[in-house]
Amino acid sequence: MITIQAVYVLVGALFVVFAVLSVRDAANPRRWTTGLFWALFALSFLAGDLLGDLGNGVLVLSMALIAGFGGLSTGKVATSTADERKAGAASRGNALFLPALIIPLVTVVGTILIKGIELPGLSLGPWVLVAPYFETKQATLISLAAGAVAATIVALAIFRQPLASPFQEGRRLMDVIGWAALLPQMLASLGAVFAVAGVGKVVGDLATQFVPGDNLLIAVAVYCVGMALFTMIMGNAFAAFPVLTAGVGIPFLIQHFGGEPAAVAAIGMLAGFCGTLMTPLAANFNIVPAALLELKNRNGVILAQIPTALIMLAINTMLMYALAFR
Amino acid sequence: MLTLLGVAVVIVGFALRFNPLLVVVASALVTGLAAGMSPQDVLAAFGKAFNENRFVSVAWLVLPAIGVLERAGLQERARTLIAGIKAVTVGRLLLAYMFVRQITAAVGLISIAGHAQTVKPLVAPMAEAAAELQDPNITEDEREKVRAMSAATDNIALFFGEDVFLAIGSILLMVGFMQQSGIEVAPFELSLWAIPTAVAAFFVHGARLLLRDVRAKRTPAK
Repeated sequence: MITIQAVYVLVGALFVVFAVLSVRDAANPRRWTTGLFWALFALSFLAGDLLGDLGNGVLVLSMALIAGFGGLSTGKVATSTADERKAGAASRGNALFLPALIIPLVTVVGTILIKGIELPGLSLGPWVLVAPYFETKQATLISLAAGAVAATIVALAIFRQPLASPFQEGRRLMDVIGWAALLPQMLASLGAVFAVAGVGKVVGDLATQFVPGDNLLIAVAVYCVGMALFTMIMGNAFAAFPVLTAGVGIPFLIQHFGGEPAAVAAIGMLAGFCGTLMTPLAANFNIVPAALLELKNRNGVILAQIPTALIMLAINTMLMYALAFR
Repeated sequence: MLTLLGVAVVIVGFALRFNPLLVVVASALVTGLAAGMSPQDVLAAFGKAFNENRFVSVAWLVLPAIGVLERAGLQERARTLIAGIKAVTVGRLLLAYMFVRQITAAVGLISIAGHAQTVKPLVAPMAEAAAELQDPNITEDEREKVRAMSAATDNIALFFGEDVFLAIGSILLMVGFMQQSGIEVAPFELSLWAIPTAVAAFFVHGARLLLRDVRAKRTPAK
């Protein structure tokens, strides 16, 4: 059976190649530490389950120290010139979009085949000829990996690119992302440490103190703004939701003021998403794209989002006040 | 209250623009020590979570394919395509992308787009090409803002679209947590309550995008 482990082996193998290419790249002023960084990332994917908790801790600490103290540098990839790309774009035309569409197509079709669809009015079981061979829970990630491999092969074949180019180009993009590549996983781990240490309970108790028992609008605002603020601290709304809902949402909005539970929960979560748009701790959404798009200001994406996020936070507060308490 | 020391480290560390990786390590250490854990325990808890969250990094697998396509001229083709459409503006282009991204996310197709898959190779170059049409003497700063807005539009469309879908992670989390607290909510109700916000987000962010076009018209080439 193909499980998420197989996908991890694939990611690990890719990082092994990045590590070797980095070390061999004499144009990279920090080629040894850059190579070591990708080698450690590879080790995590290939053998993470064998290292033990403390072993994994030492591994991630080493990676953070290498990248945090400037050990990562970009190398020189023999890629195509600007003129070659222009000529390629002109001769290949819209066919260039085809492989890019393979990734989402395979992801969606694969997920449906492995998992089926369950919607009101539309129900489709998994495809019995394929489904038993895959880990159902990880259908999306397995399909995404398959789509990425398929797109690479198709692109190599129809555009006749060098066989080494997926690895060289992948390394080029990975080098551009640099330390930001590690941040999403590290922030998820920080969230786990926060949870073990009981940060959520302290914040929940703190928020509870601010809720007035006699003013519904302020109580709603404390919940919604609290969701956004705590989401900004934790980096994702999923961590903030249980804390604020247990401290404010359920005892005050639902039990005391008699709010409709589904409306309180749903709109509360969306108020949290406004916080996600405003924090560098949501690295996947805010910091990684800034690196990918080569923005000089690493908070550029956040700055673009803040006006929309603040207006939406006000709107969510109003919506909850108007819709949940009728 | 001592527990919140680690939170303070994060806020101060990010505000002073220290390297985020070091800030995260410092915060984890401070939080754990303040909660009475030994350094080894903190390191182990951190390592365990790091290993369990490897799935977050699986998305890097799309980079080789995107890189090969860029090598073959994908970004240049995306630019040419946009430059051939007379009526195109940054605002209209991103509004159209937002619409498609929000609708597809609302029916659960969240992985069909993203920063690596669509924004970097397609949307951002297209938006830059549209910005060039609006102002041929566009500054590098303005280009960066256009790219940043492309990524921002993807995030906003995704966040305020995905919760309309029943089987998304956040909906399942809400159902599970409310159930633990003795309150039954159906996924369908939750997704229904996400619709007003989804519509509002489309109009709010859409208005911002179109206002950018108005501003671009008012300050023509210097």
